Formats: sequence, C-alpha cells, structure tokens
Amino acid sequence: MADFILNVNGAHVHVQAPFDESLLSVLRNRLHLTGTKYGCGEGQCGACTVLLDGEATRSCLVAVGSAANAKIITIEGLEHDGKLSAVQQAFLDEGAFQCGYCTAGMILSATGLLQRTPKPTAEQIVDAMNGNLCRCGTYPRIVAAIQRAAQSMPAKGANR
Amino acid sequence: MSLHDQSLPELARNISHGASRNIQLDRRDFLKILGGGLLVCLAPASAWVQESGRAFGGHELPKDVSAWLHIAAVGKVTVFTGKVEVGQNIRTSLAQQVAEELRVPFDSITMVMGDTDLTPWDMGTFGSRTTLTMGPQLRTMAAAARETLVQMAAERWQVNAATLTAANGKVIDSKQSRSFTYGELTHGEKLIKTVSGEEHLTPATEWKIAGTAVAKVDGRDFVTGAHKYPSDMILPEMQFGAVLRPDGFNAKLASLDTSAAEKLNGVRVVRDGDFVGVVAPDAYTAQHALTSIQANWNVPTQPSHEGLYEYLKSNPETADENGVQHVAGSVKEAMASVDIKLEHQYTVAYIAHAPLEPRAAVATWADGRLTVWTGTQRPFGVRDELMEAFKLNPAQVRVIQPDMGSGYGGKHTGEAAIEAARLAKSAGKPVKVIWTRQEEFTWAYFRPAGLIEIKAGVRRDGTLVAWEHHNYNSGPAAIATPYDVANQVIQYHPAKSPLRQGSYRGLAATANHFARESHMDTLAHSAGLDPLAFRLKNLTDTRLRAVLQAAADKFGWGRSKSTPDRGFGMACGTDKGGYVATCAEVHIDAATRKVTIHRIVEAWESGAIVNPDGLRNQVMGGIVQAIGGALFEQILFANGRILNAHFAQYRLPRFSDTPQIEVVLLDRKDLPSAGAGETGIVGLAPAVANAIFAATGTRLRNMPMAPAHDRQHESGTQFQS
Ligand code: FES
Ligand code: FES
Repeated sequence: MADFILNVNGAHVHVQAPFDESLLSVLRNRLHLTGTKYGCGEGQCGACTVLLDGEATRSCLVAVGSAANAKIITIEGLEHDGKLSAVQQAFLDEGAFQCGYCTAGMILSATGLLQRTPKPTAEQIVDAMNGNLCRCGTYPRIVAAIQRAAQSMPAKGANR
Repeated sequence: MSLHDQSLPELARNISHGASRNIQLDRRDFLKILGGGLLVCLAPASAWVQESGRAFGGHELPKDVSAWLHIAAVGKVTVFTGKVEVGQNIRTSLAQQVAEELRVPFDSITMVMGDTDLTPWDMGTFGSRTTLTMGPQLRTMAAAARETLVQMAAERWQVNAATLTAANGKVIDSKQSRSFTYGELTHGEKLIKTVSGEEHLTPATEWKIAGTAVAKVDGRDFVTGAHKYPSDMILPEMQFGAVLRPDGFNAKLASLDTSAAEKLNGVRVVRDGDFVGVVAPDAYTAQHALTSIQANWNVPTQPSHEGLYEYLKSNPETADENGVQHVAGSVKEAMASVDIKLEHQYTVAYIAHAPLEPRAAVATWADGRLTVWTGTQRPFGVRDELMEAFKLNPAQVRVIQPDMGSGYGGKHTGEAAIEAARLAKSAGKPVKVIWTRQEEFTWAYFRPAGLIEIKAGVRRDGTLVAWEHHNYNSGPAAIATPYDVANQVIQYHPAKSPLRQGSYRGLAATANHFARESHMDTLAHSAGLDPLAFRLKNLTDTRLRAVLQAAADKFGWGRSKSTPDRGFGMACGTDKGGYVATCAEVHIDAATRKVTIHRIVEAWESGAIVNPDGLRNQVMGGIVQAIGGALFEQILFANGRILNAHFAQYRLPRFSDTPQIEVVLLDRKDLPSAGAGETGIVGLAPAVANAIFAATGTRLRNMPMAPAHDRQHESGTQFQS
C-alpha cells in the first residue's frame, strides 16, 4: 500500500492503494467513481477510457502509481454547472446508446479525439474509436454523435 | 400510515409483501398499506395472463397478477412490472403505452421493474415477449384506470360519464368548462380496480404519445456516468469476492493449497466441496489472493471444435428420433419429378454473447434474509436459484435487477448471484463479485452450434415443390419455411452439446434463415431467375412480400449487376411477429480476398410502431451484432477449455466493420405491436453470403464465413474480413 494524491476531475484526492493497482480499479473501487467501466481489463474494449492529461487512455492498463502526476478526467467530470459537454449532449441528442455500458468510454475517447482533431473526417473517427467496443451495435449513431459534437463545438476544445 | 410517510420503494415493498404472494389479501389491508389513490390490477383469469402462461409450455400460470399500476393522490403514476430493461428500451416504450391509454403526460410515469419484492412475478425478459404481451396488459390496466377516473368525476358532478373526456392527467367537462386532475379525484380515495382484459384500447391510428420517438428515460444518466449498473452497486462494509475456476469443464479438484492466500491481510478463503472462493477488503487483494492459490484439477478428455458437426449429428439428445416438426405432402415423390434438385449442408459455430458488462452481483444477508443486486434477464428465475441453493423461501430472497449492461439472451442465469451470496454468507458482510472477461467467455453459456441439411426441388419455371430441412442442435426457432411449398419435411434434432448452450438473440432463427435463404438463393440461380423474382414467385405471405419489396426498392435492387469485386445479395424472413428483409452490397478485394460489407438496407415490420427511434436503434443494433456471427465470431475449444476467451482472440464487430446502414420501417397501425429486439438479426448473414456468391461464384455455407487465417481450412473459405 502506498499513498497517492490524484488529480481527478479538477480535485485533489488522497487514496491508499498498491502502486500497481490499475487506475480503473482505484477509480471504481476506492474512489467510488463507477461511471468508468470494466469490460475486459486488457485494453481491448475501451469501456474504461479516461482522459490522462487530455489523452484518451485505457485506465485498466495504467498503474495508479504512474497516474499520480496526471490530470485525470472521468465521465463524472465532463459536466460543468449542470451543463453537459458538447460530446455528452451530442450522444444524448443522437440517442447513441442502448444499454449505455460502453457510453462513458465512447464519450471520453471521442472527447480526446476532438481535442486533438476538432473537425475529424469519417475515417479519422473510425480510426480513433476502433478500440472501443459497443456490443449493442450503436456505432453508426456514435459516429453521428461525434460529427454533431464537432459541429457544435467552439474551436477551443471538447472539454467544455 | 399515509402515502407521504413512505418512500416509493418502501411503499411498493409493503404492497408486494402483502399482495404479490396472495391476491386474495383482504382489500382493506391492501389499501391500508398503499395509503391511498387508485390501484389497478390485471385479474389472474384475464386473457392476457393466460396467454403468457400458456405460451411457455408447462410453466404454471402466475399465481398473482402480472402487473399493476398505481395512481397516487398526487396524480403520479407508478407501474410495476417484472420485465427488465437491458438496453432494448422497454422502460421507455412501456411507459409511453401507459401514458397513452391513461391520458397523462409521459413524465408523470415511473416504471418499477425487475425487482422480486416490488413487482409481480414474471417469467423473464426474452423471446420478444414484452411488446407483444406486457404492452397490452399495461394498456388494458391504464384504460381501465382512465375509465374509472372518468366515472368518479361523473359521480361528483352528477353528469353522464359519456359527456366527459380524459386528457393530460385530467377529466374534463368541456360543456361546463371544468375539470378535475387525476390527483384531485384519487385524493382521499382507497380504490382497487381489478381488470379482466376486456377494456377498449386506443387504436394506434389515434396514438399521440405511443407511436412517437420519445427519448430514452433517464438518458442523461447514461452520458454522465450517473446510472448505476449491477456492477456499480456499493454497500457499506462491502467486500470483494473472487472464485477459483477449474482448469476445464467437468474438472475435479485434485489438490488445493490456499495457505499463501490465507496469509494475506483481511483475506478469507471459502471452500465448499469443489467451490473455492476468496473474500477480501478490496478488489486488488481479492485477485491477488486468488492467484496465490495452488490448485490441481483432473480434466477429462472432451470433444473439440474440430469435427464438431459430425459429433452433433451422431450424438442425438434423445434415443428416439421423434422430433418431427412438420410434414406435408411427400418430399420423396415430389423430388422424383422435379427439374432442379439441390442438397447442401450448412453450419453455424458456437458464439458468445459477450455483453460488455460481464456477470456481476452484490449480495447481502440480514436477519436470515438475502438481497442480491445482479444483472439478469430473469430476476424471478435467479430468485428460484438462490432459494434452491440456500434452502430459503420466497419471502427470504430479494433479487433486484438494475438496468444492466445488456444480455442478448446470455444472462438468464444467476451464477454470480449465487457466488456472491455464498461468499457474503461466509464473510458476514456484503460481497461483490464481478466476473472477468475471461470468466464471462468461459463459464457463461453459448449460442448453440448447429448443422443444417437442406434438400429442395424446383420446377423449371421456378416453382418450389419440395423442401426438406434438418437442424441438428442449433434449435427450432424459425425452422418453418415461409415460402409456399406443397411437400415438406422440417425437423429439429436436439443433440448432446459438448458446451453449455442456451438462449441467444433470435435463437436458432439466425441459423435456420442462413441455411434457408442461402439455399433459396442457390435455387434461384440454378433456375436462372433473379433472387427477388424467385422469392416473390413462391411467397404469398403479404407482410413478408411487403418488407422484401420495401428493402429492394430502397436498395435499388437490380439496378446494377454484380461484378467480381462487388456483389449484391438479399434475404428475408419472419419470426416472433417480426418481418425482415435485408439487402447487402459487399466489396471483395481481388488480391487479398478481403470481404467488406459496404451497405445494408433492411426493411422491418412488426405491427404498429410504439417508438420509431427505439425501434430503429434495435434493428440497426441487430444488423451490427449479426456481422460478427456472419463473418468472424467463433468459440474455439478443446478438452473442456475455451481457447479464445479474450477480446484479442475473439473478434467482435467494431466501428471499422460497420457498413452504411439504412433501416426502412413499415408501420402497420392496423396490426398489434410485436417485439423487435431479436429478429432484425437474421437477415444479414444470408444476404452477405448471397452477395459474395453473386460476386465470386463461391458459395459459403459455414458461419463464420471469413474467420481468421488459421481457421480457414476448416470452414473451407479463402475469404477474410
Ligand atoms: S476494460 Fe480497459 S480496455 Fe477493456
Ligand atoms: S450501448 Fe450497450 S454496449 Fe454500447
């Protein structure tokens, strides 16, 4: 067990965990931020995606110890003052989910993409999102949601 | 106790403790518990309840009502049903139907679902039954409630009820320009109305809330991470459990050393026969403890995926082959005189449901009573499993099903619930168990593999005259041909499955349609007829003809000819009240033989549409899910072990596999609404097979049709995806 101060969704939180416990496990089981999901634990499904210093990252593959100095954004940190982020709003408007279990990871991956590439082409969307699985098969709506978010966003970035 | 003294769950729990187990409960008691308002129940003797009992061969009729609906003194409506929401959107579509019949705003409805304490008994959420049976049941109750409220208003005003109307949560007397809200009418009342199922329902042509694209209830919670799935449940003092898995199916524990695990801080090892589990204060330690257990297992020799189909054919489930489904005329005689005869075998592999949320449960014991939150399509079935495992009576077990990370037919059972309950009992604290992906791939159950043999005969003019269809192991769903053919033998042969198998979205309808529609396509080409013309020539079912034509029109069928690098194919079919036709455009790379599904047009009809947006989403999702089984999904196994129990080895459809998809919905407001979560999946595989044939002349008869390289020798394909 070691002590860490994590920067999660703009707040500094203290957590005790083994250095090599996955960030996913720490977020869900120690900080009770259950919006980030487990789907495989092996980097193959994207359900666990968070932003680490703005980069969409599989939290199941990151040891908590190595995330201690990063700015971590989870799905719980995208809404500000009751206002959904552009990507969240676009997913809602497009109805881009069924069971919704993949949705947090999809939204974080899309947010990371739009921060890097504010106006992605269809191919760029597929490339960036291909590591995220939706077993319910809502891919076409997710692509539409990302395009909608890209249109609605000010040039600055996707985080607001 | 007044209504306002109790939270909704408390209130409902109290109701169901009294009532769901004994509908004969004294009515005054019932009302006392409820606190007031109007309660509507569907009588057990009603036609609907009988229908849903009869349809599931042998299961007893529900002992109590199938659903109930309560209008509180404040006008809020609460609907109680044992159905569960798993992404198919029934929390929304059922509420729409209640709002419609009751004439209340959509957002005044709360659905309480899938909780064995709060809701009436329900068989489970599968077989596309919700829209077909629960929809009309709820509509019937809502219509009765509305009529009761109108009657109450008429009595207060001393007018003829026929002069009053109900709208927007009010009963209105337009002549006198006066109205009562429903809350004003139910305030201070303690009424129970039992409905017989004879109510007059609003026809779909007059629907204002049902039939529209109402957005998913609580949609916002799904984009903010606020929604709590079964795996997200957290209880005070909750511990984390993990279970030691055998080295293979049917293995026996030979030796066990748990000493290292027991030395870990806070870890408890639980052993009961061959069941070995650990409980730890955190998830990390639980996994660590599990991996530090040394165990040896004796695994018996078992069949593998090599030679599977011969195995299924030669290992019937029952000694006597009496499973004849359907015989008409004489196939033998007809075959003797036809011009074109074709006989082929088709296969489908075992595939995994792979719901993104694996099995998960949180269990807690208090005062001899067990409560489990778990992801299941059958909360009452899981309650039965728990009662059996721990020798409890129904009042001692509560199963709660928070809207879960889906199932697709794969979560009918309660494995994780039993494991969590077992560990929690031993630990004396609440325990959470979440299966790993590898566990979900290995210890759940699979869509059955199957072998299908079809023999058919056609006259030179394209008339289908003989059809013989044998399905080994995969199942009888949609095995009957919708085409007109005078001479038929259609038979399902259950086999001894080497793997644990069970329900899957669409059941065997996918396999049977793959075989039938591929065979029909081959017959069309042999007879020199266009596949659309050949189908229409042998088809009188008007609903199926309509979707076929609609798909063909939208697709532009016949406008371009297939070429070696671009093929067009079609397929159609029906099951569970849904009618589907699928057209596919497939591209094939000449050098690599890589198959890309470029475009899919699917036409769908399932009676009156309840929510076009939800329906479109379901049909599209079925198409995408179907791509996996059609092209590359396959469980590989040998000697009781799954060889590809990871997403890295078991490929699922991804963004890059997704074609352009166009869904055409036909809205038959004159027909009852049927479920739409399943049958939309059946058209894709045969349409793609037929498109590949049209382009290349190669007929692929084994699903998956374009598996990974090292599997290609078995399925005889040179195509990849
Ligand atoms: S849980 Fe991290 S990628 Fe699947
Ligand atoms: S919506 Fe169910 S997994 Fe994507």
